[in-house]
Amino acid sequence: MASKNKKMWYALFTVPLLLIFITVVIIPFLIGIYYAFFEWDGIAANPKVFVGIENFTSLLQDERFLESAWITVLFTVLSVIAINIVGLAFALLVTSKLRTSNLARTMLFMPYLIGGLILGYIWQFVFLDVFSLFGEVTGLDQVFFNWLIDPQFAMYGLVFVFTWQMAGYVMIIYIAGLQGIPNEVVEASKIDGASPWQRFFRVTLPLLMPALTISLFLTLSSAFKIYDVNLSLTGGGPANSTEMFAMNIYNEIFGSGNYGLGQAKAIVFFFLVAAITLTQVYITKKREVEM
Amino acid sequence: MRKLFGYSKEILLVLLAIVFLSPIYIIFVNSFKDRQELYDNALSLPSSFSLQYYMEAMEKMNFLSAIANSLYVTILSVIIIVVLSSMTAWMLVRTGGKWSTIIFMTFIATMLIPFQTLMMPLMQFMSSITSNLNIPMYNTREGLIFMNVGFHASLSVFLYHGFIKSIPITLEEAATIDGASKFGVFWRIIFPMLKPITATVMILNVISIWNDFLLPSLTLIDVDLRTIPLSTFYFFGEFSIQWNLAMAGLTLTIIPVIIFYALAQKHIIKGIGEGAVK
Repeated sequence: MASKNKKMWYALFTVPLLLIFITVVIIPFLIGIYYAFFEWDGIAANPKVFVGIENFTSLLQDERFLESAWITVLFTVLSVIAINIVGLAFALLVTSKLRTSNLARTMLFMPYLIGGLILGYIWQFVFLDVFSLFGEVTGLDQVFFNWLIDPQFAMYGLVFVFTWQMAGYVMIIYIAGLQGIPNEVVEASKIDGASPWQRFFRVTLPLLMPALTISLFLTLSSAFKIYDVNLSLTGGGPANSTEMFAMNIYNEIFGSGNYGLGQAKAIVFFFLVAAITLTQVYITKKREVEM
Repeated sequence: MRKLFGYSKEILLVLLAIVFLSPIYIIFVNSFKDRQELYDNALSLPSSFSLQYYMEAMEKMNFLSAIANSLYVTILSVIIIVVLSSMTAWMLVRTGGKWSTIIFMTFIATMLIPFQTLMMPLMQFMSSITSNLNIPMYNTREGLIFMNVGFHASLSVFLYHGFIKSIPITLEEAATIDGASKFGVFWRIIFPMLKPITATVMILNVISIWNDFLLPSLTLIDVDLRTIPLSTFYFFGEFSIQWNLAMAGLTLTIIPVIIFYALAQKHIIKGIGEGAVK
């Protein structure tokens, strides 16, 4: 009797959420794997044709897809580096015991709260108008022009805006890490005559490894999965030069109506995201130092 | 001299922050300018603060209806997420056993699935539920709330799970001996103790759901159901050449975020930090 009662409570507490979760995540995931082996245009009346692994082999010959995979990797590497350097620099600045550091922290974090879609639109104008203005005034029109109309610079523009969005977020993680470093350790290295650079690279940075693991994990996966900023800032253009992975999948499915092929790409996308993030966590975890 | 150096560092830091936020200044000042003034100098202050473009943008974006939709979807989703995931996490921690481990591991593993992997089959499944079972999942705000709960369940359960593990079990045992039901024990004793992590869960989910574009763009078809990101997207599709109008629209969309930030600034920064470190 008691055990039956216990089971009833267990079900009452967990089943509502599990039901929603299974409906929204698990079942679509399984249906998705199934769809990846069919050719279908998304119209319910039209037949789904089983094609085996043909979708997976043909995506390897899809040049637009491979191009998009390559620029996503490039974008991810550049943004992860930029975001973590800027975020860590911000964290070091605002923890340096200045009276204005709280205000600065509040302001630097702000962009993260504004959604990616809206940020992209804001920056569209900044690139269009302010960058050109800068170029005219300073004469550096090789550097300051509307980046979004040049295939190569449009990608840098995306890195730039994404860094602007994420730096404050990563800063918060590094602040938590910095505050966790005992003062005595830093003081001791000072007494031992370590220069500020040595102190940073030999003492602070190794002790920041746990924060670095987390922030690499978060920036890596969010950069690799970028969609909103991509959509509003460049829309994938000019001439598909900034069409990232997520957007390529969206366009394949809902733009070209290749539901099967698009879903095969989406499955590959899942395995890549999982592989990259798990590998990264494994590598940086190994390098964390024990206190 | 040393003091002067200290002051200049203070000022430099604030300057850095101001430069960092200059894009927001730029869209704000240009939302008041007419076309000529805007092209003359995009950085200067406007000659007059007329709200003309705001009124126009508000009407064209259907702003009041968008904000009502965003509030409705975000608030209800977050409440349901908090209630259901805290209950689930508590049961999983306190009961233990094979099933609890399997359920918990499934939640964790699915955190790696990108939304793009699920979006098409999810839409197929939702519209088949809508047409076969007559449950209006597709093209309704309630359907979107349902999906939001599903997508944010993993992270929320994970955060609650970690926090509940650190609470000693003795308190609950005492209450159980007193004859309180599990429901009573949870809501009267446990849930109030979860306050700090509830704040974190709420903040992370509010930010993510309020700003979400892709899921609502797939589920909400009717114009009058659009949330803020959706109405901004369609607004830009139509008026991207009229920048002053667009600036006013963008400023409008940022105002709720600034209000939210001003009200809960400390909690937000703390919540983000804790949510990430867990």
